[in-house]
Parts: sequence; C-alpha cells; structure tokens
Amino acid sequence: MMRRAALITVPYLWLLLLFLVPFLIVFKISLSDTALAIPPYAPTMRDGLFALLAELDFENFVFLTEDDLYWKAYLSSLKIAVISTVLTLLVGYPIAYGMARAPEEWRPTLMMLVILPFWTSFLIRVYAWMGILSNEGLLNQFLQWLGLINDPLTILNTTTAVYIGIVYTYLPFMILPIYAALDRLDDSLNEAAEDLGCSRMQAFWLVTIPLSKNGIIAGSFLVFIPALGEFVIPSLLGGSGTLMIGKVLWEEFFNNRDWPVASAVAVILLLILVIPIVLFQRNQQKQAEAEQ
Amino acid sequence: MKNRILGGVAATALTAVSAMADEVRVYNWSDYIDESLLEKFEAETGIELIYDVFDSNEVLETKMLAGGSGYDVVVPSGTFLQRQISAGAFQKLDMSKLSNNGNLWDVIEDRLKKYDPSNEYAINYMWGTTGIGVNIGKVKEALGEDAPVGSLALLFDPANMEKLAGCGVHFLDAPAEMIPAALAYIGEDPDSQDKDVIAKAEGVLTPVAPFVQKFHSSEYINALANGDICVAFGWSGDILQARDRAAEAENGVEIEYYAPSEGALMWFDNMAIPVDAPNPDAAHKFLNFIMDAQNMAAASNYVYYANGNLASQEFLEEDVIGDTAIYPDAATLENLYTTSPYGPKTQRLVTRMWTKIKSGT
Repeated sequence: MMRRAALITVPYLWLLLLFLVPFLIVFKISLSDTALAIPPYAPTMRDGLFALLAELDFENFVFLTEDDLYWKAYLSSLKIAVISTVLTLLVGYPIAYGMARAPEEWRPTLMMLVILPFWTSFLIRVYAWMGILSNEGLLNQFLQWLGLINDPLTILNTTTAVYIGIVYTYLPFMILPIYAALDRLDDSLNEAAEDLGCSRMQAFWLVTIPLSKNGIIAGSFLVFIPALGEFVIPSLLGGSGTLMIGKVLWEEFFNNRDWPVASAVAVILLLILVIPIVLFQRNQQKQAEAEQ
Repeated sequence: MKNRILGGVAATALTAVSAMADEVRVYNWSDYIDESLLEKFEAETGIELIYDVFDSNEVLETKMLAGGSGYDVVVPSGTFLQRQISAGAFQKLDMSKLSNNGNLWDVIEDRLKKYDPSNEYAINYMWGTTGIGVNIGKVKEALGEDAPVGSLALLFDPANMEKLAGCGVHFLDAPAEMIPAALAYIGEDPDSQDKDVIAKAEGVLTPVAPFVQKFHSSEYINALANGDICVAFGWSGDILQARDRAAEAENGVEIEYYAPSEGALMWFDNMAIPVDAPNPDAAHKFLNFIMDAQNMAAASNYVYYANGNLASQEFLEEDVIGDTAIYPDAATLENLYTTSPYGPKTQRLVTRMWTKIKSGT
C-alpha cells in the first residue's frame, strides 16, 4: 500500500511542481493589472494575500474577446500547426518505416543520423534555412542552374517557409515514436495477413498502420503542441503576413509591456491545447475499456 | 587531511569572492563599440569584462522590469530610460567615482534632461538621428534627377513608393520611430500622445505599406550596402556603416544619409547601472573608462555615431566630426525633435496599429 502511494505521489508531485505551480503563477498574473514597477504588474504577493485576492479580475480575458486580432491569431496558429503536423507525418512515417525495415546492423546508424541534427543549435539550423531559401539562396541557384525556373522563387518570408521550417525542425520527434512502435511490430503478423489473402498494400493498411497508431499519436502530439505556440521559426522565416499566436504573445510581453494580457493569451493557448488532449485521452480510455 | 579540506574550501570561497569583485557585466547594443576598447579596459583595471549584446530596447526593458538581470551596466535609449527610471530599475550614479565627468557635453546633457531630469541616473553614450538611406543611382533611375531624396515624401508619398517598390524599400520595425516620422510628414506634432493625432499616422503608413519589402531594424545595413534595396528608413550610423561597406566593396553602390527636411528624430543611448547590479563599483569604473576622451573618440570613430563627450571631439577623425550626417550643423540641430515614452494605453494602441499596418489584420 505504502509503495503504491509512493509510486503515485512521485508523478503527481512532478506535475504539481512543473505544471500546476507555473500555471497558477501565470494565471494569477493574467488576473492582475499592469504597473510601472519591478515586476511590471500589480498587485503582487508583497501587497498581502487579501489585497491580492480582492484586486484580481477577469478584465484581461474580456479584453481578448474585444479585438479580432487574438482569435484570428489562434485560428491561424491552429491551421499552421495542423497542416505542418500532417506534413511531418507524411514525411516521417516512410522514414520510420524504412528504418524499422532496414537490416538490424544498420539501425543504430540510421537512428544516429536522425538524432545528429540536434548536435547543432536549433537557431543555427533555422538560420541555415534562411540561407537556403532566400532569393539568392542555394535552392534558387540550384533550380536556376537546372533551368527549371528563370526568376527566383520567393519562399523566404512567406508561410511556405514557416511550414518547411517546422517540418524540418520537428521531424525527429515524429520519426522516433513511430519507429519505436514499428520496431516492436511482429513481422509474422504481416506474413499471416498475406497468407490470409491480403495484398502487401492491404496488409500495410490493415495491420501495420493500426498497430503503429500509438506511435503516430505520440509523434503528432510532439509536433502539434510546440508548433502551435512556435515563435522562433515564424519570426525568422515568416513574413509580416504570417499571423501566429506566439508572435502576438511576444508583442504583448515585450512591446506593450503588458504581462497580464500576455499571461491571459498564454492561459487560453494552454486551454486550447489541454482540453482536446484530455477529451482525447478519455475517449481512448473508454475505447480500451469497451474492448476489454 | 581535514585541515587541507577546510583550507581548500576557504581558498575556493576566497577565489569566488575575488572573482565577483573583479567582474563587470556590460549589456550593450550589438555592433556598438570598438572591441579593442574592451581589452584595454581589462588591461588597465584588471577587472574581467563580460560583454553581452542585445538588438532591441524591448528585450532590455523586459530584463530590467523582471529584475535580477545580473548586469552592471546597460544601455537603454531615452524614452526607455525614462520609463525604467520611473519603475525604479536604476541606481543613482556616484559622481565622486566618475572623475571624467567634466568631459561630458552640456548640450547633450541638457537634451537628456527630458528623460533623466537631473542627469543623475545615466550618462550619454551615443546619439544620432533617424533618417533616410538612399542608393543615389537607383533612386534617380526610378524617380528621375529631381527625386526628393532628403524629404519624407520619398517614403510616404504612395506615388514615389510605387516606383521605388521595384528596387526595394526597408522600414524600421519600430513603431516608436515610424509613427513620429509619419506625423512630422503631415505637419502634426511628432511627439503627440493624443490618440486621434496618432491615428492619423495610420492614414500615412497604410497606403505605402504594400510597397515596403520588409519591416526590419537591422537587415537594411547589408541590404543597402549590397545594392539589394535602394531606400531604407533607419538609424544614421547604420546607414553610414552601409555607405562605408559599399565604398570598401567598390561595387558601384553609392549610399547617402539624409536627416529628413521635415524634421528628424534625435535619439540617445545612455549607460545606466541597474538597481540590483552585482558590482556597482566596477560598473562606475567602466563608465569612467568610457567617459575618457580618447576612449570615447575611439568608439565613435569605429561606429560612426556622435557621442555626448565634448572633450573627445579633438580626437575624432575628420570623417566623423566633419560629417554633418553625424555631427549636424546648427540649422539641422534646430530641426531635430525628441519623443516621450507612450503611456500603457497609448502603447497598446500603437502596437495594435503597427500590427494592422504591417499585416492588414
């Protein structure tokens, strides 16, 4: 009994310390007002707990509903995150599949190659893409040399460049969980399916894909969640027309010095992420129970 | 054995203390000093200098307002300095430790009083104007020989911008610079805090925004020098650096800087000591070092910005002190305006308007 309690306590303590406490701090700031002070909001803990509780209100959340900038930015970020997750899946799945099907002795090397880009700073890799995608960049020079195009393609500072950046950056996060799922897959299941009259294609759709579902889900979450709040990639590769909530958050925090409104934007971003995930998790659990 | 361990601990503790006493952390704008000065400071004082850079006032201000930045010397611009002084982010300077105080230029100190009323929190490092960088050849090709190169009409008249769009125009991604300029162009007070007046700037900027290739606050230096763009609205020293790079590259690109005839924004970057600086003593030594006439002159000769140090002027090179784009003549100086910080409500309005101008949303 004691051991069980201890086992449950550790992850909950983890969650409390690393998720709930920071969230409550941000939530508290979202209910306060800006002030010209260090830190730049009021009231703070120094004003005493009662003064603190009395002065908090939801005015910043009301403000977010009054300007269409915010929901447009949320929607645009959702769209960018969904599309790039699908693209990452389309690119990542075949790579993971190829890795899982490769001869045993190659796999560690292939795994290494997937992880290798992490050895270079993320920022430098995004800067490298600026060099590749610019008008006088490698890609345009190559295409012009091939004679495929006459005038350079404008890719840098557009939303296309943002998609390229996100897919490139998060690809390993998609490949690794799918590879882990496919690696465990018993090959005899596919053979059985083919014995029972499936074509190779059918066996892939009916056996391999469903059995790697958990890897696909994990990979998609790992790409979708950071992509939704992404700031660095759109600010370096995107143009002024690329509206994303991460950029709006930055402007609230740095340009307006409005930590309360910035916190309110962050709280809503978190709700957008957490609520669907919780619903999804519950749905999965129900399905699992129904199957038993 | 025990003694040895204790001795070791004591020695480590001592090193830690002396390391702290001999360290100064400076946070300055990027590309804003002659780096050999940093080595000179270390050699002269024996203090280890840790030099970090930033590229926007907003980043610095957020660090200052969060507190505990760990820096001993920071370099905010005027309006930001004023706001951070009100927030209690800086400590008063100890003038007794600044023996080079007499070198400062009273004209600049007077102007700085707008932000630091008794000149007690900050000393001016560099100052300059915001104006127009022009690739003479390309602009005359687009607009003809009588192109209004020294006027804001070049940037804010859609008819001109439509013709310039083909060769490329960059604007600063800084509403606090662009909105006063737009207001000066239509004859309004550039320092206005009135939201109805500020709204008029939107009417000036929105029609020309589609012709702006990029809103960015540093890329224009290279873009101008390489001939990728023909006009940039930017900071004086940056455009002069572009002019020199183009001249060195001998690529046929000829850049000129113009402080707009309708009036130009005059800005000040100032050194101040955060209230929670770990080593204020060393911070004062760094300030005093920078206030030395020859050191300040070396910095200006390197970055092409004017400084607030009168005594340094005899050590300035002729292409710095003699250039009216850097040290404006009396008539131009009259034509320069300064701005005040926006209040929180106005700031929100300005940021929102800027997003709308740039992205249409």
